[in-house]
Amino acid sequence: MNALALLLVMELGDRFALMGVVLGVLLTAVAYTVYAERRIAAFIQNRTGPDRVGFDLIPQLKFLKGAIGLGQPLADVIKLLMKEDVVPENANKFVHALAPLISLFAALTTIAVVPYAKGVAIADVNIGILYILAITSLGVYGITLSGWASNSKYSLLGGLRSSAQMISYELSMGLAVVSVVVLTNALNMGEIVESQTSNPLNWNVCRNLLGFIIFTTAAFAETNRAPFDLPEAEQELVGGYHTEYSSMKFALFFLAEYANMIVACTVIVTLFLGGYQVPFWTDAPWFVQVGAFITKTLFMMFVFIWVRWTLPRFKYNQLMDLGWKFMLPLGLFNLLIVASTIVIFGNSLPLSILNLVLVALCVAGSFAAKPQSKMA
Amino acid sequence: MENTISEFGKVFIFLALGVVLVVGGFITSRLLRPFRPNTEKMTTYECGEEPVGSSWVQFNIRFYVIALIFIIFDVEILFLFPWATIYKQLGTFALVEALIFIGILLVGLAYAWVKGDLEWVRPNPNVPQLPTKKFEKMPARPEASLLSLVESITPASASESSLPKV
Repeated sequence: MNALALLLVMELGDRFALMGVVLGVLLTAVAYTVYAERRIAAFIQNRTGPDRVGFDLIPQLKFLKGAIGLGQPLADVIKLLMKEDVVPENANKFVHALAPLISLFAALTTIAVVPYAKGVAIADVNIGILYILAITSLGVYGITLSGWASNSKYSLLGGLRSSAQMISYELSMGLAVVSVVVLTNALNMGEIVESQTSNPLNWNVCRNLLGFIIFTTAAFAETNRAPFDLPEAEQELVGGYHTEYSSMKFALFFLAEYANMIVACTVIVTLFLGGYQVPFWTDAPWFVQVGAFITKTLFMMFVFIWVRWTLPRFKYNQLMDLGWKFMLPLGLFNLLIVASTIVIFGNSLPLSILNLVLVALCVAGSFAAKPQSKMA
Repeated sequence: MENTISEFGKVFIFLALGVVLVVGGFITSRLLRPFRPNTEKMTTYECGEEPVGSSWVQFNIRFYVIALIFIIFDVEILFLFPWATIYKQLGTFALVEALIFIGILLVGLAYAWVKGDLEWVRPNPNVPQLPTKKFEKMPARPEASLLSLVESITPASASESSLPKV
């Protein structure tokens, strides 16, 4: 037993430190993403947002005076920890408690294979991208089980809607990932980033713009964020799958939602935005690479929040139609053009141009197809 | 010293760390929070009304159909991963092969589409109905009111004796 412990420490000393840092940063980031979302929402809707809670109890931080509400996440966490946990009498108690654990577990552990700088990752797994697909699909269980276990009609409907939505968009997400694998010939996240080089024209967002759009849209749906936040549509389903949750269990769902969003952003950055690559600076020092990675992730997170507060929610039939009749054929089509241009031309420049033309056509088509207003 | 913990071992340790973290948060809150249940609190939330029945009921079959189609396409995507990994080495051969593979599955998608399994709101739901034509052919009853129905059932003599004359 001692030998095993020694072995673990010797081999994993630095990895343990990295795991601790990653989990710590991720959880802090989650707390402050909630704050950032509320501030940005307030900015978009011309309100103030949280601006009172500061760190007045800590003498060194008293100068902040809570001017911009930076203490809000901490106060929220403490409040949720101290709240009574109400479990309905008719619920299945065990599954009711298990569901939020699964949700947060799936959200947190997805990040294990994402590289933060060259050679810096918690685990350099050779099938990293499959690991990510596998663990993110576990998230469906958390939501479906919570919907069922609460024994409440709103929860059940929210859980069902959510599971149908997540499996529908998982397909187009998977197809976008396959197109990336065709381009980079690697399942390893580090190799995928390396193949994108430090020239932004080689990043997959330029080589395969269509794939990027498909993946990002599917990521919105997978993380249950607007315009795909049907599972928790307040006006019809109260709170959706977490109607019957309170206290720490609710906090776990809340954390899972934002952790999912952050992780989805890191995956998008890794697959499409060149990961840790610094533009026009090959072999940058590791801290610059980490900085580039974090900057890109923050940008994607801003896009997520921006979209949520800009677009209205879909109706359920529109959501299913988009997923099955548009995104799935589009994903197959995208894979087809990626595969055929690589065989025909041998490099990806024609693919970039073709993608640009296609996306321009799609945008033009959507404007042309916009239904004319019936108001005369 | 040779590396004895594989990369998957590290993933496993990270997963274990994740479990510890999540369960730790759960237990911390259990130690801190109050527990004062009452009947009102413990009822299922139904917008302030008394909850009606259990919610563990049958749900719409369409969710099931969607799940079935999902399984087919998810397995397809899994089959595409090894193909994609060695795509550049195989070249045209791989392209043609994938075209055939995807083509066959597209037929499946087209079938589900034409059958209407991808429609969430069906304009003409196929509701099974009893064959009513036989009944329609029968002559309609001349008298339709309830009173005449009663008279037709009860014998004329009985109705005369029991009902008072108006």
